[in-house]
Amino acid sequence: MNLGLNAVAIRTLIHKETVRILRIWVQTIVPPAITMTLYFIIFGNLIGRRIGTMDGFDYMQYIAPGLIMMSVITNSYGNVVSSFFGAKFGRHVEEMLVSPMSNAAIIVGHVAGGVIRGLLVGGLVTIIALFFTRLEVAHPLIMLSMVVLSSIVFSLMGFINAIYAKKFDDISLIPTFILTPLTYLGGVFYSISLLPEFWQSVSKANPILYMVNAFRYGILGTSDISIGYAYAIVIFFVVALFTACLMLLNRGVGIRE
Amino acid sequence: MSAPSTQSPENTDINVAALSIKSLQKTYKNGQQALKGIDLTVDVGEFYALLGPNGAGKTTAIGIITSLVNKSAGEVSVFGHDLDRELEAAKACIGLVPQEVNLNQWESVGNIVMTQAGYYGLPRKLARERAEKYLRALRLWDRRDEPARNLSGGMKRRLMIARALVHEPKLLILDEPTAGVDIEIRRSMWDFLRDINNAGTTIILTTHYLEEAESLCRRVAIIDEGRIIEDASMASVLRKLQREVFVLSLSEPVAAAPELEGFETSLRNELELEVAMDRERNLNDLFRALESTGLNVVSMRNKSNRLEELFMRLVENKQSGSAGEAAS
Repeated sequence: MNLGLNAVAIRTLIHKETVRILRIWVQTIVPPAITMTLYFIIFGNLIGRRIGTMDGFDYMQYIAPGLIMMSVITNSYGNVVSSFFGAKFGRHVEEMLVSPMSNAAIIVGHVAGGVIRGLLVGGLVTIIALFFTRLEVAHPLIMLSMVVLSSIVFSLMGFINAIYAKKFDDISLIPTFILTPLTYLGGVFYSISLLPEFWQSVSKANPILYMVNAFRYGILGTSDISIGYAYAIVIFFVVALFTACLMLLNRGVGIRE
Repeated sequence: MSAPSTQSPENTDINVAALSIKSLQKTYKNGQQALKGIDLTVDVGEFYALLGPNGAGKTTAIGIITSLVNKSAGEVSVFGHDLDRELEAAKACIGLVPQEVNLNQWESVGNIVMTQAGYYGLPRKLARERAEKYLRALRLWDRRDEPARNLSGGMKRRLMIARALVHEPKLLILDEPTAGVDIEIRRSMWDFLRDINNAGTTIILTTHYLEEAESLCRRVAIIDEGRIIEDASMASVLRKLQREVFVLSLSEPVAAAPELEGFETSLRNELELEVAMDRERNLNDLFRALESTGLNVVSMRNKSNRLEELFMRLVENKQSGSAGEAAS
């Protein structure tokens, strides 16, 4: 593999993705910011006042890390699935496929685009959160590494979704029927210690729970699960999903006849 | 359109073929056998035409060469780089202008070319210089900041050529590049491609216009039903066209087609006469014969789709050949 060529190709793809995100900022940045503002107002401010504290924190303070992580996850996924499927649909994916850039570079470039959008939206939601509550970062490195790793995981998932998608409906099925329910049940709005033991065990099968809790630990210093375990799960998903993406591209699934 | 220089002489190794295809086969999942074992060699510096009717297998062959389609069997190498073993090196040699417009309609003209350069590993500064060079050469520089969707059909085709050339490939493949392009732009594109070829780039062209292939290409392969049925110099292929049909517009209406010795005549309507003649015959003979009938001809055009005629003739030859083989 020509490393120099692929480094330039990845940089080019990242530049292209960044330009795309900023060009259509009304679609990519603004909607999640509005949605999260509504969450903060309704769940955090209006309903949260009646709930009181959770794990020793104001409800607003407790849900803020979860809402930030939720926006990062959905936007990372959404960016990659729409960008790569859009390229397939418009056939300009061929620009990459005929070029000597490696399949790994195609994946890395798109995932980087997903991470950039995830972090941009996450940063904006953090700023919005600061209008409603106070956030002191307890473990900055854990917070940063977990948000980036989680963003990578969901960018890779979005890439796989785009590979298999044949029509625009196919790129909204997984976010609607799998991603959103898992996010809502992933401890964004509550501590799983409130659940009966059986449902606590069920919740632990949800990978998003580990991401949300590890990220919350990075900010608030509190978590329902072991942080080491969370890292192991997230890193496992990064490696497994990247390998899956690479195998699919190498076989030409969804892109070559 | 004037083409800038693309290749330095040391870029071309004359000892290897620009493209070598051996026993290439492709069967799609639905069972359709698009290529039934084709062999093809394109020499370095060649301007090569790949002709064939719709569904003959041209685009599949190009798809395999450019790795957009997986082959079922066979070998392909580009400038000595085997697609199975040195895919990256082979891809770096190729520039593709596809049949269908596959531009990101929302991206600007300049960015499309710059991005493609980046995918081939060109640093940004060089990419910018190359983008300017080819966009100027293809008269698109003034439109560089506009999204591709604002361009006309002909401009989009030119943009795809600029995009394919930005990394200065040794082998340029054009899949019907002038389809739907008006005659003036088509001819200026021909001049441009001729200059690119003269500068050292090997070119493979598929087209429906025999006139285009005739004007540009020195060699031609004809593909039909997944098989190469002819691979020869353009001159020798054209010699196989024995017969031509002309349509003559008459100044006065006539009731019946006149009988002209040595020519087949028929009336298309009372003001248009069709005349079929062997290519060896002189047009002066036709006009002398017409003059003797007292008919006044105001204009004349070639009726036949020569490419179609060529296909028909070659396919007929192939069929009669195989029938002969079966009978013997």
